[in-house]
Amino acid sequence: MASQLMNTRETNPTDGNPTGAGIRKGLLLAGLLLLALLTFFPFYWMMILATHSRDTIFSAPPPLWIGDDLARNYRALLDTLPFWRNIWNSVYIAVMATVTTVFFCSLGGFGFAMYEFRWKNGLFTFVLVSLMIPQLLNIIPYYLIIDFLDWLNTPRAIWFPGMANAFGIFLMRQYIASTIPKDLLDASRIDGASEFRIYWSVVLPLVRPGLATLALLTFISQWNNFLGPLVILRGRDAFTVPLALRSLQGLVNTDWGAVILGTALAVLPLLVLFAFASRQVIEGLVAGSVKG
Amino acid sequence: MATRTRERVGPGLSRSDLGMRWHRMQRRYAPYIFISPFFILFAIFGVFPTLFSIYLSFQQWNPIQGLGAMEFVGFENYTWLFGDPWFWKSMWNTLWLAVVSGLPQHLIAIPLAFALVMGVGRLRHLLTAAYFLPFITSTVAVAIVFQTILGTQFGILNQAVGVLADWPLTAWIFSGMRESLPIDWLGRAEYIKPSISILVIWKYFGFNVVLYTAGLSTIPREYYQAAAVDGANLLQRYWFITLPLLRPMIFFAVTLTIIGNLQMFDEPFVLTNLAGNRTGGPDEAGLTVAMYLYRTGFEWVDMGTAAAMSWVLFLVIGVATFLHFRFLGRRSLERREG
Repeated sequence: MASQLMNTRETNPTDGNPTGAGIRKGLLLAGLLLLALLTFFPFYWMMILATHSRDTIFSAPPPLWIGDDLARNYRALLDTLPFWRNIWNSVYIAVMATVTTVFFCSLGGFGFAMYEFRWKNGLFTFVLVSLMIPQLLNIIPYYLIIDFLDWLNTPRAIWFPGMANAFGIFLMRQYIASTIPKDLLDASRIDGASEFRIYWSVVLPLVRPGLATLALLTFISQWNNFLGPLVILRGRDAFTVPLALRSLQGLVNTDWGAVILGTALAVLPLLVLFAFASRQVIEGLVAGSVKG
Repeated sequence: MATRTRERVGPGLSRSDLGMRWHRMQRRYAPYIFISPFFILFAIFGVFPTLFSIYLSFQQWNPIQGLGAMEFVGFENYTWLFGDPWFWKSMWNTLWLAVVSGLPQHLIAIPLAFALVMGVGRLRHLLTAAYFLPFITSTVAVAIVFQTILGTQFGILNQAVGVLADWPLTAWIFSGMRESLPIDWLGRAEYIKPSISILVIWKYFGFNVVLYTAGLSTIPREYYQAAAVDGANLLQRYWFITLPLLRPMIFFAVTLTIIGNLQMFDEPFVLTNLAGNRTGGPDEAGLTVAMYLYRTGFEWVDMGTAAAMSWVLFLVIGVATFLHFRFLGRRSLERREG
């Protein structure tokens, strides 16, 4: 930590008096770290409570360190819910959504980024405008269409409608347009490659970071998706993780140890994912807003 | 004759001829095929539903009885809504929550992003990631955890407040509210909206920090150096350089907040769902329009009224975005050109 402070001071020699600036910087850093701890606290609290029984969760002073009821909470969770089944539903939906979204959105983004064709600008404007329609506006007809297709209570009702979405196409268009020179297409054509072949074998390998970003964002948003599944999926066996957790709330004697363990298990995969890919997730999310 | 000679020249030439045409065809139609999945899906799950929901908002309909049971009622759904006290209450709650859980996010995030970019060196990415973390996690999961944090007797927030209220150094802050401790965050109407706001601010301020650091990174460093040479202190640099140049990003970020907050559903829905209460807590204090819409459509199966409600909400979102553009957006865009 001290060396960190020294470094920042050294890289900013313009800030007059070094000790005064150092103290100010130290205070600032302390404040920022405190806020970060405060932000992180609910996650810590979640992990701690997952190892406590209902009685110690609601006690004074509150538990601040790991308890020994993890196994009991785990059994209680599995007694009330087919939790691994729910996890599997979430994984299945998130993976299907991710694979299809990455494919169709990169294909669409490639189309908009690399070709000139009639009505191109109009069609792209249409994509952008469709981004602004509130999701809520369509929730009633979405349900009715899913009902009409006889897809109620099926996972495909969740991942299928969004697999070629405006946000993903926009993101991929920006990424492909800024990284791939158009000459590359002509060079590949001279070698006899078909247009799809160019997309698949030439462009896709070059835009891997963009694909990874879209994949992460899609996976996260589908893993956390609540309103869609709430409307479509009925019955404990079809529930995704967020629905399963919510279903525990209505019970008269909520077993808080089990519930919190469930929330921890729902959040843990994302925490691990984020630990490895935070920069990509963050940069990917703002790429459109800065470049656009 | 010509065709005969051609054939005689051999299959090679005619095949390459065909190949050329195939390549040209491909080049012409490939982009349309590549972008078509979006438009097909959007037609089925976007355009059609939107048109259908306008139509539906003028009907009285319970879908269980089939399409034939639809009955045209004109503007009745709309007039009913405007006479419905719960609808007005939910609209008030939504607007209240949009402002109180929206504005602080930006008031925190802008100076925070400035501090991160100006003076923390390599810790910047770690801190940014920490602030951003709540954004990527499941609302349902964190809302449940917040229920325990906000518990009345043994919730850790009230216990912390209790300790601070007894501690001589900080007691004065709480002197005015000693009688109301411990606070019944989720059990009393007046505290429900503030509780929801705490959760929403916690969950989304980091997202705005990230947007603003991205916006700040586009401001040339020379501006700050020139200001430093002229003797401007940190506050002046913030006020006269950062804020004006950040305006386009502020406009963008606030727009996202407005559109998102006016549709708020997950947070109040889960947070106020204690012991099966599904009306947004006591006195419907946490009932948002989105929640009311959900109940009307999927619990009371009154699809026409729910569709009308979604259009009223859409109109409110449109008006709010338009006003925001009039008062903040236009000026920010002018500045950019100047």
